[in-house]
Amino acid sequence: MGSPRTGMTFCAIFVPDFLLRAVERSEPALRNKPLVLLDGPAPTFRVIAVNAMACALGVTLGLTKAAAAEFSGVEIRLRSKEQEAAAHAALLDAAWSFSPRVENTAQDIVLLDLAGLTTLFGSYENVTLQIKSRCTALGFDVHVGVSENVEMARISAYARPGPTIVPAGEEARFLESLAIGLLSPSRELAEVFNQWGIVNCGGLAALPVLSLSECVGQEGVRLHAIANGKGNRSLIIAEPTHLFEEFLELDDAVEELEPLSFLLGRLLDQLCVRLSARALAVRTIQLQLELQPGFEKAFDASKEQLRTKQFPETFYCTLVLPRPVQDAKLLLKLLRLRLQASSPKAPVQKIQMRAEPDRALAIQCGLFLAAVPDPDKLELTLARIANVVGENNVGSPELLDCHKPDAFRMQRFSASEQAALDPKEIEDSKIGFRAIRPRVPARVEFQGGQPVHIWFQGKSGKVVHASGPWRCSGEWWQERGWQEDAWDLEVRVAGEDRLWSAAYCIVFDSLEKEWFVRGSYD
Amino acid sequence: MRSSTASLRLHVKSALAGRVASPFRLREARVPVFVPTGIAALDELVGGLPRGSLTEIYGPPCSGKTSILHSALASRTWSSEVCALVDAQDAFDPSGSQASGVLLQRLLWVRCRGLEQAFRSLDLLLHGGGFGFIALDLGDVAVRQVRKVPLNVWFRLRRAVEDTSTVLLVLSQESNAKSCASLVLRLEKEASRWSLQKRKSAEAAFHTPGCLLDGSACLAEVVRSHQRHKKLHFIDGLNRQDGSAEGIARFAVNSDQYAAEEMRLESGLLPLQEEQPKNRQEELEEETQERVKKPG
Repeated sequence: MGSPRTGMTFCAIFVPDFLLRAVERSEPALRNKPLVLLDGPAPTFRVIAVNAMACALGVTLGLTKAAAAEFSGVEIRLRSKEQEAAAHAALLDAAWSFSPRVENTAQDIVLLDLAGLTTLFGSYENVTLQIKSRCTALGFDVHVGVSENVEMARISAYARPGPTIVPAGEEARFLESLAIGLLSPSRELAEVFNQWGIVNCGGLAALPVLSLSECVGQEGVRLHAIANGKGNRSLIIAEPTHLFEEFLELDDAVEELEPLSFLLGRLLDQLCVRLSARALAVRTIQLQLELQPGFEKAFDASKEQLRTKQFPETFYCTLVLPRPVQDAKLLLKLLRLRLQASSPKAPVQKIQMRAEPDRALAIQCGLFLAAVPDPDKLELTLARIANVVGENNVGSPELLDCHKPDAFRMQRFSASEQAALDPKEIEDSKIGFRAIRPRVPARVEFQGGQPVHIWFQGKSGKVVHASGPWRCSGEWWQERGWQEDAWDLEVRVAGEDRLWSAAYCIVFDSLEKEWFVRGSYD
Repeated sequence: MRSSTASLRLHVKSALAGRVASPFRLREARVPVFVPTGIAALDELVGGLPRGSLTEIYGPPCSGKTSILHSALASRTWSSEVCALVDAQDAFDPSGSQASGVLLQRLLWVRCRGLEQAFRSLDLLLHGGGFGFIALDLGDVAVRQVRKVPLNVWFRLRRAVEDTSTVLLVLSQESNAKSCASLVLRLEKEASRWSLQKRKSAEAAFHTPGCLLDGSACLAEVVRSHQRHKKLHFIDGLNRQDGSAEGIARFAVNSDQYAAEEMRLESGLLPLQEEQPKNRQEELEEETQERVKKPG
């Protein structure tokens, strides 16, 4: 079984009861409960899938919703195409995490080329065990089949939970007892085989090929070759995608942040597992919350409301990270802080989360470099501070390339290890300036063209020394032009309980025709 | 008696086993590590700012607190340390600090509106860890408000910064941290310097918007230092008459290099009344009068 092989070897990963697994992946608690899946036009939902526990209770396919609801303890869910698409994407991610040569065969099965993997994992048994454990981490209990024949691998995955490894030359014997339905014949051909009394692959393999070709055509010949273990084909390679999306539709809308963050955490876990399987990390999280229409709006029959009722309000939230992150707990904390700052205005009934991937960073710290905050911890600290002081009030200042005083903008702060610079470049200590934002209006008394007294912020002071004016202006070609005369004053100010002398910078705004105190020297 | 004491010691030791390594031994005093402030006179006086401790610098407006802050930030950012400034009244001047040598991209600036925001942000930063230098600027907060900050807040800050390599610097108008600070410096302005003797036009190197204030001379006094056990001298004491008083340092902060050189050379800081430069307005008036006097 585990003997080294020559040539190509293929593996099939099959998810039995895929529709149910897609729902259970979003709601892991359903795994231990009888589950029924409904689909169909809105009023006449029919049961399309049942799990083993529901089956044991007597629920059968084709029942109506009302009939299924009569069974006590049965969990009923509506089929969700978005959840199935996300589950299928996760299955493909599991396959791409092992090989770039992956065939997207069907929603519930993928095939991949195992060439070269034995050098990484040892034997094929180890490879299949690794594949199974990765799929389990992604929320799937899968069947794995391995063979040198693509069709053989697919059929072995369908037939047995596995991992099943079909040795070269043993294909026909393996297929002998398997049902003919596993070869996926067309409905017409299946009926023909049924009429002939052929129920397993061994029976089909024993038929003469020429007679079979005359009776049922080329499809029959192809199935005959597969039944003999000879019907090999090439993989149809799928292009790897970088779309990482997860959905969750709620039966009961969630209003509070605590239960919502629990659901968000589940989606983030799934995304992070998918991304880490592909050796990627999250760069941006885009959260889209579909909100429940307001109670008042339900009774509003105006034309405008009726038109907008079809499109429920949506809340968007984007979390951009300065560096790629794989830690779902950290992402959840950041997302929670963001939602605390601006939360949705109505209960949430549907969650869509999309992650933009990036390469996971590998950082090697320098032994002789100054310590810097842990990037993940720093990001969390910054988010918490932003929650206290506001998003735009935390970061690094960046001076703007203009002559306007106090012109700067805040940019995102990031700490990275850097070698120390030459301290000789630091100039002598310069006088510090303390800005007053926004600048405060002042009343200035002049005598002989010199300021002699000033009143501002409930304080008054005698001007001991004054220098100025220095006129400057800018952006006069735009609407937001500015022009001011700046003075430096040394003022003897009477404070709360003492008298002190301080140097201030005051400006006369020529456009507003008013005096302002811009700040003080300290 | 001796046996009962020994049994009691044994009982305490066993009760604290796993939590306290040696309950009856004093903690070994850490050898403090100092980082330079960037002002030579201050570094000479106190050895710099201690890591893992709370340092408080206080003084009235215009006493040089912000200049020390900028110098220290410049020194730390050039050493590639990550610095943070919790600005209680949003008074930080980025362009002035850059002129002082601060690398703004290595500075986290938290612009607060009030004491509550400032202390909450400071707590988060200290517990986040990894910062080499954190400054809390309360320089523009009303003195009465800062007085209301309970002493246990300062004690908590001291404990938060202990056993870390972070320098925690607090700037305020009055001393508030009391014994929680391991180094307390009091600042006072001695004189300001104004001139228009050699410049009649603005240059990029000049810091002040009016381009006319050259700088000021400041005086720093060590009020408390855990590293100094000598008798300290006070600003208003007898030693103030000579500049070499123990526990006192004088330093100048300048608006440009030219003024710095000039201040080093001159002994007196304030120019005499008759030597005081004419301001721009007077010069303009004189020029106008001369033009009027000239024939034609």
